[in-house]
Amino acid sequence: MSTLHEQIKEVIETEPVAVFIKGTPEAPACGNSMRAMQALWQAGAPIVAIDVLPDPRIRQELTALSDWPTIPQVFVKGELIGGADIIEELQASGELRTKIDEALGEHTQSVRTVELTLE
Amino acid sequence: MAANTISALLDHAFPGGEIGVEDRTGGGDHFQVTVTSETFNGLSLIEQHKLVNAALAVPLADGTIHELRIRTKGTA
Repeated sequence: MSTLHEQIKEVIETEPVAVFIKGTPEAPACGNSMRAMQALWQAGAPIVAIDVLPDPRIRQELTALSDWPTIPQVFVKGELIGGADIIEELQASGELRTKIDEALGEHTQSVRTVELTLE
Repeated sequence: MAANTISALLDHAFPGGEIGVEDRTGGGDHFQVTVTSETFNGLSLIEQHKLVNAALAVPLADGTIHELRIRTKGTA
């Protein structure tokens, strides 16, 4: 059974667009998580959302990996793109869609969630 | 007051920078900070925001800041 650290690392490295949020896509638990989800949706991204609320260790392991202290955190092809402010700024300028199109090539807009197994 | 602590930390981290701290909701823990500093010149947006996060690591960690919005600008 892989550790939380390994699971988080794997999601970041294997999912083209991974966003760690508070809550779920349908019911984000905070404004910034919602802003990131909306911007990614508007950019036509295939979104994989991971809820950090079930266990505080998720956020601790994530921050240890990303060196980013707040939630949400958006990764594209394993690279931290930013929190809600940067994602929104990039979406407003059209850069977010370009960045995702270039990084992913052919893709379809979608949303799904990944649950981490907490030992 | 939290806003003063935040702007003091930012003044210290970005000497000579233009610092704006706004309590977005009046509840004392949702802040919009705006920093214009030459320190950001040539840095990517994420590196700029990382510097602001680092300057505010303590209030972010101890919950003084519940939600932080950041806007950064270089002077170039």
